[in-house]
Amino acid sequence: MADERAPSILESIRAFSENASPLDFMVILEHWDLFAEGLWMTTNLVVLSLLIGGCLSIPLAVARANRTPILNQIIWGYVYVFRGTPLLVQLYLIYYGLGQFEAVRDSALWPILRDPWWCALIAFTLNTAAYTTEIFRGGIEAVPVGEVEAAKACGMPRLKRLQRVILPSAFRRVLPAYSNEVIFMLHGSVVASTVTIVDILGAGRELNAKYYLAYEGFIAAAILYMILVYFISRGFKFWEKKWFAHLRPREDADAEAQAGATAPQTALVR
Amino acid sequence: MRLAKLTLAVAAAALAMGISLAQAAEPLRIGVEGAYPPFSWKEADGTLKGFDIDIAMALCDRMGRECELVEQDWDGIIPALLARKYDAIIASMSITEERKKRVDFTKKYYNTPARFVATADTSLDPTPEGMKGKTVGTQRGTIHQCYMEKVFPDTELRLYGTQEEVFLDLQAGRIDASISDSTQANDGFLKTDQGEGYAFLGGVQYLQECHGEGAGIAVRKGEEDLIAAFNKAIQEIRADGTYQQINDKYFDFDVYGATE
Repeated sequence: MADERAPSILESIRAFSENASPLDFMVILEHWDLFAEGLWMTTNLVVLSLLIGGCLSIPLAVARANRTPILNQIIWGYVYVFRGTPLLVQLYLIYYGLGQFEAVRDSALWPILRDPWWCALIAFTLNTAAYTTEIFRGGIEAVPVGEVEAAKACGMPRLKRLQRVILPSAFRRVLPAYSNEVIFMLHGSVVASTVTIVDILGAGRELNAKYYLAYEGFIAAAILYMILVYFISRGFKFWEKKWFAHLRPREDADAEAQAGATAPQTALVR
Repeated sequence: MRLAKLTLAVAAAALAMGISLAQAAEPLRIGVEGAYPPFSWKEADGTLKGFDIDIAMALCDRMGRECELVEQDWDGIIPALLARKYDAIIASMSITEERKKRVDFTKKYYNTPARFVATADTSLDPTPEGMKGKTVGTQRGTIHQCYMEKVFPDTELRLYGTQEEVFLDLQAGRIDASISDSTQANDGFLKTDQGEGYAFLGGVQYLQECHGEGAGIAVRKGEEDLIAAFNKAIQEIRADGTYQQINDKYFDFDVYGATE
């Protein structure tokens, strides 16, 4: 009995979804594998480009903050170009632009540039590295002179100073700004779908184009992006808690506070 | 005083006729693509040209209606029709079962077959076995996508927003072959400078389920009057030579295909 009824319930849900519901949700559910593929593609592109871009941006930011001659101007130019142009244009230039030249097509780089995934990764990495360089530069420049002087007074050499004092202090300061960059990067990654990559939006477009539906694919994509952003912001909350632990009033200090010994607000002003 | 009275009378009459006037004056909006030469393309100055465009204009002329062309990416061309951004699609859209679920079609206004295009010296074998593991590009949401998924399931399919982008990537060597309408491929690519060194690969690719009966004009479901008007106009331009004239402007053969 139960076996006979099960398909009919499924049938009626399908009929409701196709005819009565404003949103044909069954089409989305039936193509969960397409969206899973898209989710994986978006995640790996964004995570890899943020990792590589982040690593690139640290030395660039240090060189910018130190006003290293020549290098500073070159990096300024790079940052200006990549922040001054839309990500979509950068991707098109790398994907369609470079592919036009026979010299590029004959070069050893072609196996990489031939692949849309690599083109997207290169564009995303260069883009996020430019933005992150500026974010980090600001963070480094905002490190109080006193902290640096104290490190100098302790006899720390340059690299040690950078590693132990300046960078940790700068990272902490830029964390909120950087979390925005991560979210922007995630949203910016939709341009991958314009160069045949099936990312989350690509999956949505494919669904819409296949069934000639207006919203289903885009709404499914929007929900997936929102879920990703939720996890990103939770991650950064956690990170902030961890890194700013020394600035929070200690929970076991309640007794002390009641005794009126400390005013935690003053500790927050740095 | 007399003038005021007259104005009043005119205003009253206009008010009375208001609704019907507004309807008659409203131009028929036609959705077109503009990236599918020689059926539709955009000139450097932004004007739309091509077979679809000329046919649209001729049909409007026949129907005695003023028409307004609305450019729309292929991806969203049916959703935008349903969202009332325009009232009909004249964009080389094949009449297929899947599309009939969303829109109604007129009778076909042309029918040309689909074929692969690859480099002229390719050793590719255009069979499902021969294309296994190869990469083929086509436009997203077309009869060609449907065909590749059904008949060539083991071929990697890359989907593009426009057919022009497919040819760009064919030239760049990112895909082994392209599949599209043979007339479009011939006139829009093979006969141009870019198409040098490229040729059709294999014969006509056809699957009733995907390819349907030719390209028709799509309208929202239930617009019987509009369909009837279009069908009548198609017949009339076929009969009076207008169709032939437009046909000859773009092609040296009859794109209408076999008359049923």
